[in-house]
Amino acid sequence: MAVKDYIRERFFPHMWCPGCGHGIVLNSLLRGVEQLGMSKNEIVMVSGIGCSSRISGYVDFHSLHTLHGRALAFATGVKMSKPELNVIVPMGDGDALAIGGNHFIHAARRNIAMTAIVMNNRIYGMTGGQYSPLSGYGTAATTAPYANIDHDFDVVQLAKAAGASFVARTTTFHARQMTDILKSAIVHDGFSVVEILTQCPTYFGRKNKMGGAAEMMEWFRDNTTPIGSKAKQENPDLIERGIFVQEEKQEYCAEYENVIKRATGGRS
Amino acid sequence: MNDNIKFVQGNEACVEAALYAGLEFYAGYPITPSTEIAEHMAVRLPKLGRRFIQMEDEISSICAIVGASLTGHKAMTATSGPGFSLMQEGLGYAIMAEIPCVIVNVMRGGPSTGLPTSPSQSDVYQARWGVHGDHAIIALTASNHQDVFEMTVHAFNMAETYRTPVILLLDEVIGHMRERLEIPGPEAIPVVDRLRTSVRAGIDYHPYLPREDGRLPMSDFGSEHRYNVTGLAHDMWGFPSSNPGVVHGLLRHLTDKIKNNVGNITRHKEYYLEDARTVLISYGSSARSALHVVEHQRARGERLGLLELQSLWPFPYGLVEEKCAYARNIIVVEMNMGQITRAVKRAVKDPERVVLANRIDGVFITPTDIKNILRLIQGKGV
Amino acid sequence: MPKKKLKEHLINREWCKGCGICVHFCPKDVLELDEQDKVVAARPQDCICCMLCELRCPDLAIEVRVEAEQEEASESR
Repeated sequence: MAVKDYIRERFFPHMWCPGCGHGIVLNSLLRGVEQLGMSKNEIVMVSGIGCSSRISGYVDFHSLHTLHGRALAFATGVKMSKPELNVIVPMGDGDALAIGGNHFIHAARRNIAMTAIVMNNRIYGMTGGQYSPLSGYGTAATTAPYANIDHDFDVVQLAKAAGASFVARTTTFHARQMTDILKSAIVHDGFSVVEILTQCPTYFGRKNKMGGAAEMMEWFRDNTTPIGSKAKQENPDLIERGIFVQEEKQEYCAEYENVIKRATGGRS
Repeated sequence: MNDNIKFVQGNEACVEAALYAGLEFYAGYPITPSTEIAEHMAVRLPKLGRRFIQMEDEISSICAIVGASLTGHKAMTATSGPGFSLMQEGLGYAIMAEIPCVIVNVMRGGPSTGLPTSPSQSDVYQARWGVHGDHAIIALTASNHQDVFEMTVHAFNMAETYRTPVILLLDEVIGHMRERLEIPGPEAIPVVDRLRTSVRAGIDYHPYLPREDGRLPMSDFGSEHRYNVTGLAHDMWGFPSSNPGVVHGLLRHLTDKIKNNVGNITRHKEYYLEDARTVLISYGSSARSALHVVEHQRARGERLGLLELQSLWPFPYGLVEEKCAYARNIIVVEMNMGQITRAVKRAVKDPERVVLANRIDGVFITPTDIKNILRLIQGKGV
Repeated sequence: MPKKKLKEHLINREWCKGCGICVHFCPKDVLELDEQDKVVAARPQDCICCMLCELRCPDLAIEVRVEAEQEEASESR
């Protein structure tokens, strides 16, 4: 399998639990990178802290495993100082949107070219199953023993409002779509957000009686629908999948080149 | 007219020095009294085709400079007390992952929002121990703009030499005061460039394996060596490890590379110490008042001397002990409740000789303040 | 387009954690978990090479290897 050319095989089998959706994200991402024919030397993967963030150790790219929530801030320094690099930033939902929420909206606002992947399993897995900002009202977690009273927010709407020029959502059930979306996100010249619904059978699934990994993926199949589908009109509770935003917008590093031109009076 | 002579704030002197040292990337967040550093960077960097970014906070600022440093660019940020608190997490990361970068803290009164526009030197211990976990740190300081320039260049040089973040502790008086600065000619102050690995593509590169001289050659992100960087305890390839031997070796290395080089890192100035019976020890803007007192009392025949510390961490215990060996009295002049005084007491024999002359009320410590303490010691009353 | 023909299921037993995702979603019921909870191709003759088991494997433990395409194969002979 050619995707094996893109991993650090000596660390396999990986440390994720049986059935963890993060492995499917890794699988789909590697296929996307392979299909795009990218060189490993041009990719920097920057991750934060949590189960999801361990992905950076498994890929044979330049890899930067950083601090909880701060991946996009480190990535901004990498990209801004060497814009020719392709920067991929996988994050967990708590990582990206709780502790890293501020960095997330500001990276989106700048429209700096990088691919932010939110691996949304609706739980803090590494620390043992506490509720995350995306767990949702009424869910169970070790820190919500009497049901969660926190509302979640919609990552797609948040990313759109913050100014991301590419916004998409998919799930681990839809592995082919995931690869296609990730490919589009990676080649997009601007800030790309891809929310991937991914299963944590160990904590979210068990706490919320959703069955094993396969049953959780069936839930993704049965509760999501392509953007603008007839099914969505009939059942507004369905979660839409696909590319929500894909627009041309001046990219931040390119914009800074204009700053340099203005500062140097056009002599740069 | 000589273009190299300027009348500038200390903050601007710091900017000019950083550019002289080869700074290519600045990330920061506005905070008094350091803001002029960001403002001047925003003007100067793009003129040189280099990059400036104003981040969303201090946390992201230090993270961004670490990212930029990994692509092979010299990087820095500047802040003040509360912002420096926010940077501790990223500072710890830079220490652990051994990423060269410079963090300027233009100190103001604290704790919390404290006295944003008033001088203080109360972050000396935050610089030393703000980061959790055992570690060593390099912190430099300066008392005039020419020294700000020189110490800023040294900060970059030490960051590259020891592959570590270096803290430059300025204070509000130094940052905002205007005085003469002469920009040294090219190569007047040596500049240490990034040490890059000579290991060729296809050969196993170890980002965390020190050479015989203790230095660790780096490889830029984007070049032929793909390796891992993490804040976790890690092996010589940069991959997480909890092997006790590896962890022990790493922590010892992080500490020893600085501790064993105290002599090379230490910077100081001395005035009239040869026969001094009373030794003043000071740093930063306080050292200006201390020097004034020394010169004034010398003119009246009193045997006073000044040891001005330009590097605070690692603390030069040996130097302080030696310079104070024959002193009857040692007066530490600083604008805090005795942060360096504590270190001086640990350094010298007969620590009861050590007295603190300080101000903590947001008012710059004057020669009169110091003289009052001196008179008390001499039994003359105030 | 000619139909893909299975050559073999290459299964990395060291990496397989027995989560059962591939077994659950196989449209032709080709795969099973053995007594050690590792995936095996019990009925390879039924495989239609849809690749879903490979694409959805979180452990990168399955590769569906297909024969070279029929036409090309005959030409090269």
